[in-house]
Amino acid sequence: MNFELSSDLQMLADTLRRFFADHLDIEIRNETAYELPYHAPNIWTKLSELGILGAFLTEKQGGFGGTAQDISTVFEEVGLALCPEPLLGNLMGLRLLAASGRVDLVERTLSGETRVALALVEPEMSTDLDRLSARAELRNGSWQLTGTKTAIYGGPSAECVLIAANTDEGLGLFMCSKPEMVESSMVDGEGISELQMENLSAECLGTDMGEVIADVLDLGCIALCAEAVGAMERLIAMTVDYLGQRQQFGHKLSQFQALQHRVVDMVSALEQARSITIRAVASYGTPDQARHVAMAKNLIGRAAIQVSEEAIQLHGGIGMTWEYAGSHYAKRLVMIDHQLGDRFDHASRLVTL
Amino acid sequence: MDLNFTPEEEGFRNEVRAFLSKQLPKDLARKVDYGEALSRQDYLGWNAILNERGWLAATWPKEFGGPGWTVVERHIFAEECALASAPRLVPFGLAMMGPVLIKFGSVEQKAELLPRILDGRDWWCQGFSEPGAGSDLASIKTRAVRDGDQYVINGQKTWTTLGQYANKIFCLVRSAQTDKPQEGISFLLVDLDTPGVEMRPIKLIEGGHEVNEVFFTDVKVPVANLVGEENRGWTIAKYLLTHERTNIAGIGFSTRDMQRYKALAQETVRDGILLAQHPFFALQAAEIDADLEALRVSNLRMLSRAKDGAAGGIESSLLKIKGTEIRQRLQALYRQALGPRAAFNADDMSENELPLPPEMARAAPVYFNHRKLSIYGGSNEIQRNIVAKDVFGR
Repeated sequence: MNFELSSDLQMLADTLRRFFADHLDIEIRNETAYELPYHAPNIWTKLSELGILGAFLTEKQGGFGGTAQDISTVFEEVGLALCPEPLLGNLMGLRLLAASGRVDLVERTLSGETRVALALVEPEMSTDLDRLSARAELRNGSWQLTGTKTAIYGGPSAECVLIAANTDEGLGLFMCSKPEMVESSMVDGEGISELQMENLSAECLGTDMGEVIADVLDLGCIALCAEAVGAMERLIAMTVDYLGQRQQFGHKLSQFQALQHRVVDMVSALEQARSITIRAVASYGTPDQARHVAMAKNLIGRAAIQVSEEAIQLHGGIGMTWEYAGSHYAKRLVMIDHQLGDRFDHASRLVTL
Repeated sequence: MDLNFTPEEEGFRNEVRAFLSKQLPKDLARKVDYGEALSRQDYLGWNAILNERGWLAATWPKEFGGPGWTVVERHIFAEECALASAPRLVPFGLAMMGPVLIKFGSVEQKAELLPRILDGRDWWCQGFSEPGAGSDLASIKTRAVRDGDQYVINGQKTWTTLGQYANKIFCLVRSAQTDKPQEGISFLLVDLDTPGVEMRPIKLIEGGHEVNEVFFTDVKVPVANLVGEENRGWTIAKYLLTHERTNIAGIGFSTRDMQRYKALAQETVRDGILLAQHPFFALQAAEIDADLEALRVSNLRMLSRAKDGAAGGIESSLLKIKGTEIRQRLQALYRQALGPRAAFNADDMSENELPLPPEMARAAPVYFNHRKLSIYGGSNEIQRNIVAKDVFGR
């Protein structure tokens, strides 16, 4: 048994942590987040140069990592730093482009020149691909898509949007360059889009992509779980720090046992979250993948909300303010539960596995 | 045992309901339903409608322009207003300053200030909390030094709710250094346009502006602005805070939120199942419903005791804890019911872009904003301390 990162991965994590510490304090973060296109080109270029995007793909796919552990290592740092860049959408998009053999687009995305997003989730479908309702029809040699896609993470900054839709042969994957979408920030400031399709023309990347898409969905969940672990760790540290400084009734708040116990419950939730994420990472690519990813996303959803709500409460009024960095971590943690299936969706999934 | 209201009380409820359905402007109720911020004029317009009917100052005696209601009538009125999505009545003038003046104010203060609260000429805000004095309110540091017929105030207040709409502030200030921190505190009234007063907005977690910081630099106010006796302000503050806790259970708000959730659950599908029948959602809603029903009865039990003049502090503390928890759980369930689309920031979009109907679009911001419920008005931790003192006999 060994829970250590390889020296290469540890180096990647250290590099990323230093980069974020130097270039992404909360003020800079919030200038990028909450403002179109919810993405900073200079940061993105640097992330590409540091090899962060390359870590999303195996060597065979054109990258130099691509394991679940590579991805969780990157996203834990993303969570610690509250990086708002559209990494999740590009992770999922890159994996699908690679699986479709689109080497050209993979290279352009890895170089930071272009960005990709995935239009998969629908208003009534987050995890169960059998319920996906968007349709693709081949008419006069051209594919046309109809349906509603929501929660397109990184949509506002993407040049290329991959779209999942049913065909007569199976679940298809299509590509469209800059379709007209609703562009917004999420409540936590990251970019998100919604796409209404009525006979939208798109290029077909494959009509039997169900397994690949399901796999990418699991990998996206692993990324979100790792991000939540990083964000929880930082938010708990901020809470402990604040309780050690704030005085009321002549004592530091950290001296009140009732408050100590609540922080301990947060720490306990974090350790459970860390362990289930490690479990999901280790099971990726094995027959246990779906079950352990569903467990992880369910547990993470519960832990993230607990840590978010308790951190705000223990800070008191300060935790309710925009100016305090912790409030943005708290929003991010709650939003993670809404992404790629919430704790109820993954509990439903577990029931069937 | 009889949990029913009397026929007279039911008659009163019908009267309030009929009034609301006729007089509450639809666009105002819609703003409240959508969780949008209300303007100064939104609040004042509604206050004027209630004042016209003589129903604005629920807790004031008749001689000062109140309706002279019993505690049960006040409860019915508050519940019906919440169910109708009426704007909340901003408490600082009506439920705090008014009762304080009636109990502690001079004849002149009552005559001058009470009518101005009713007709909207004065909008009061609260200067209690300071950066270093929140739960530990008696540790305030803002100082008032007597200089002839004036006080000179220096210091800072914070979390001043809707101060941006106010023209006056009531403050707790330290007027003497004493061994017991509660003893050197006075209750002073300040015009916000007095030189040296500066108000700065605080942006909240969801981006809204409803609280402020207020800075006082050599602010001179006449001695006549003192309420009660010098250095006896703590007694007034305690009295005022008990008024802050009326309607603390928020039964009407929770009942309305539960209705909204149930309507949503009847039209929202997850995994091919209507949320109203989805086992995980239905379980949560059923449990909150049970807790709310129990709280409704707890609230009536307290009302019944209050009618006999016997309501103690711990009942209101328990109602505050449970009532705010239920409201927060309902906000969380509503947010969760919207699934992936709850993430969209409605404030970023025009109405025709919204991926959700406007009544649902602000679910997540409202959820985050309502984390304040367990923090303000005496945090739920402070309420637990109050109950613990009682349970363990100090």
